Amino acid sequence: MTTTVLVEPAEQMRKPLAEFWRRFRRQKVALVALAFLVLLVGVAALAPWVAPYDPAAPDYNAVLQGPSAAHWAGTDTYGRDIFSRIIWGARISLAVGFLSVTLGALGGVSLGIIAGYYGGLVDSAVMRLCDLLLAFPGILLAIAVIAVLGPGITNVIYAVAIFSIPVFARLARGTTLQLKRTVYVDAARAIGVSNTTIMLRHILPGTLPNVIVYFSMRIGTSILTAAALSFIGLGAQPPSPEWGAMLADGRTYMGVADHLTLFPGLAIFLTVLGFNLFGDGLRDALDPKLRSS
Amino acid sequence: MFGYLIKRLITTIPVVLMVMVCVFAFVHMLPGDPARLVAGPEATSEDVDAVRRSLGLDRPLPEQFVHYVSRVAQGDFGMSLKTRRTVAEEIGARLMPTVWLTVFAMLWATVIGLLIGVISAVKRGRWQDYTGMIVAVSGISFPPFWLGLLLISLFSVHLGWLPTGGYGTWQHFVMPSFTLGVGVAAVMARFTRSAFIEIAREDYVRTARAKGVPERRVIWKHSLRNALIPIITMVGLQFGFLLGGSIVVESVFSWPGVGRLLVDSVNYRDYPVIQALILLFSLQFIFINLLVDVLYVFANPEIRYK
Repeated sequence: MTTTVLVEPAEQMRKPLAEFWRRFRRQKVALVALAFLVLLVGVAALAPWVAPYDPAAPDYNAVLQGPSAAHWAGTDTYGRDIFSRIIWGARISLAVGFLSVTLGALGGVSLGIIAGYYGGLVDSAVMRLCDLLLAFPGILLAIAVIAVLGPGITNVIYAVAIFSIPVFARLARGTTLQLKRTVYVDAARAIGVSNTTIMLRHILPGTLPNVIVYFSMRIGTSILTAAALSFIGLGAQPPSPEWGAMLADGRTYMGVADHLTLFPGLAIFLTVLGFNLFGDGLRDALDPKLRSS
Repeated sequence: MFGYLIKRLITTIPVVLMVMVCVFAFVHMLPGDPARLVAGPEATSEDVDAVRRSLGLDRPLPEQFVHYVSRVAQGDFGMSLKTRRTVAEEIGARLMPTVWLTVFAMLWATVIGLLIGVISAVKRGRWQDYTGMIVAVSGISFPPFWLGLLLISLFSVHLGWLPTGGYGTWQHFVMPSFTLGVGVAAVMARFTRSAFIEIAREDYVRTARAKGVPERRVIWKHSLRNALIPIITMVGLQFGFLLGGSIVVESVFSWPGVGRLLVDSVNYRDYPVIQALILLFSLQFIFINLLVDVLYVFANPEIRYK
């Protein structure tokens, strides 16, 4: 008699990416969030073809109309189609979110790895700089930067990037301190690999899981902050279809035309929610500490 | 313990100094000549020179900085370019509304956040947990300025129950403090939940259960007391978030506080006011972090008895 033995592939035999995807896939909410974000990025990229109207074209015969079959989200004071403006606005918000967090992460991770790797005076200097940046509440720092550079969406990117730097620096420094004591870093140093190569090839990849999780969570916060800055008049200026600026425009017509504030706000909320839920899912799939629970 | 407190106090001094250097440097980073800004657009070049001399802007930078620090120590922040009143007067009139707004927001947000967090942790994996966490993640993602507008639309414009903005009676406080607190309540709920779940794995919680301590007591006495230490830290961190949030919320509700003053000043390029407000916000933030560390010492016996 023969017995068949089914051999399960051992968990550590799976490739890291496949293993990650297997864990991520189990989280239905994060999966839905990811699908929504993919859709959003697609719609934003294809805005000229997807948007039913020109976002800047006025139509004085259709001013302040509520939602209808012709205008899904209604029209604004100039008769511009709000749905089309939201689609174009997605380009701005996503770009501001990605660019500012990328800048902040690049700056922060480089500083953090350098500080952790070299230690000593370099470390103290970088960490004191981070303490200093963290001594200002985030949006205050952004407002100070804008007060110097002037209002506008490009300056909002810099302003929001700066307050991401210290958080990424601390994160990368922590992982670097652990990694520089590992055998493979010792080995690399022993065979004469340069410090730069060690940092880029042996330490940087190790910091990435944490950085990626934080990156996705930070995008939500950055989009929210950028919209807030535009809302108080320090970011994107009208006639830009930026969501925060659209809200500021619409507040004058509250009670008369509530759809002016309803739909752009909903767009910000869903986008930020999407990034936050996606980030939560990433964290649970990547963080070994939470795996057991 | 006093040693620790003194050490902590001393480490704050360089941060405060660095913040002052930054705030001082701020005016020198601005495009254009600060003397011309103060003198106004119609001033002749002689006027500008006079202003430059009177403000000491012709002196070397280190000397200017020392002068700046000594002026600030005396509560002299210069004159507002917009109203020509002293900056101290401008800020003084607006400070208390912001303080009250933040305090009310913090109070309700901490209580509700703690409650949701504890319930979610105790009922982990059940519907109470899912509801609590859905509410929390929505709260974190909700743009406060949009929430404010929705509330105004519903309760002021359509129902007529509450004023759209302004300051005075308790009705004025309801919507702004709710709007400001939502994000904090959400963060507190998520944080309390994870702190509680962590503590539920501890030996002393198991021991308490094993010796027959009632569940209610295990939750509120054994678990909550230990969860309080990280929670206090979190409350402190959230205060900074509230200070930032007040800037936006005050703009929505026309609240006569320092947050709206900051936005107005940036729009008007009223640099003396901006400079003073950035310093004020940062010092508040540093002071609160210091206070958190002190409370931490009292809440954590391990540090207290060292």
